Amino acid sequence: MERSTLQAINAARAARRAAVVVTDLSDGTSQVFPEGAKFPPEWDSVIVQALRSGRAGVTAVEERSLFINVHLPPPRIVAIGAVHISQALAGLAAVAGFDMVIIDPRTAFATTERFGNVELLAEWPEDILSSRPLDRYTALAALTHDPKIDDYPIRAALEAGCFYVGSLGSRKTHATRVERLTQAGVPAEAIGRIKAPIGLDIGAASPAEIAVAVLAEIIEALRRRDPAGRAGGAR
Amino acid sequence: MSTERNVLDPLEIAETWYRGGRKVALATVIETWGSAPRPVGSHLVIDDEGNFQGSVSGGCVEGAVIAEAMEIIETGAPKILEFGVADETAWRVGLSCGGRIRVYVERIEG
Repeated sequence: MERSTLQAINAARAARRAAVVVTDLSDGTSQVFPEGAKFPPEWDSVIVQALRSGRAGVTAVEERSLFINVHLPPPRIVAIGAVHISQALAGLAAVAGFDMVIIDPRTAFATTERFGNVELLAEWPEDILSSRPLDRYTALAALTHDPKIDDYPIRAALEAGCFYVGSLGSRKTHATRVERLTQAGVPAEAIGRIKAPIGLDIGAASPAEIAVAVLAEIIEALRRRDPAGRAGGAR
Repeated sequence: MSTERNVLDPLEIAETWYRGGRKVALATVIETWGSAPRPVGSHLVIDDEGNFQGSVSGGCVEGAVIAEAMEIIETGAPKILEFGVADETAWRVGLSCGGRIRVYVERIEG
């Protein structure tokens, strides 16, 4: 493998951009194709398929044996709200192998004393997400149940195709949220992707138990996402 | 969103080692049959002194891959290695899970 190929793979991964590496096993040459790039016509279908399924493997194209490797960005969780549930979720997310970041403009909540090593941003979601956008490999959990804080990132997550969008709040709270989002022009199909009340229904009561239910729901959305490529959660 | 990069990531390590002047080989699982400990696409990075990071199995065949990789670092010719319970070599190095894997080993060039 050329050094430049290795650098291109690592650059795509650092930028959270999916990339496919095609290695011709007969002559050892390899090439990197980041998501959204122009693919050679003869390889287009295998590259697109690999990006969709996330599956690596050997395939034959025009009698050449090719190894197709896929590098998808690692899944991460963006939690809106430096609340009690987020404290528990941060610990669980680390154990389960998710990157996590917490955003909360309320500086009384967003303190390192409460959160230790987790990445914590004491700013408005609007300000953060414009420079660090959400993507298909991100789960968004809106946990403040304050519309001023939660609504913007929920809409942004639906637009970005986040594989999971969950929102804390009772059925009543969610009903008023649906009304607000509908009035703001969010399509009903997108609103239908929001998981609310948040978390798998395991009767969770304490903040830590709710965090377990939320993480389990996120894992389900990740592992059962639509293999045709659109980030999941539509079921 | 985290900008921190994984210090144990084989591809990051391969780039760092190469940049530091080491000769480096990259081993990649390209095919598996039956129960295999590491999925297709898994990487192991090896330098010319036998240092390594990552894995292509659960520690079962790494020793053999590293030995081959050090030769490939010298010759520059990539190679496909196969390990499985049916094969004498693999029996010795042992894929105890009963699976079979193919590993592509190449040198970093350029």
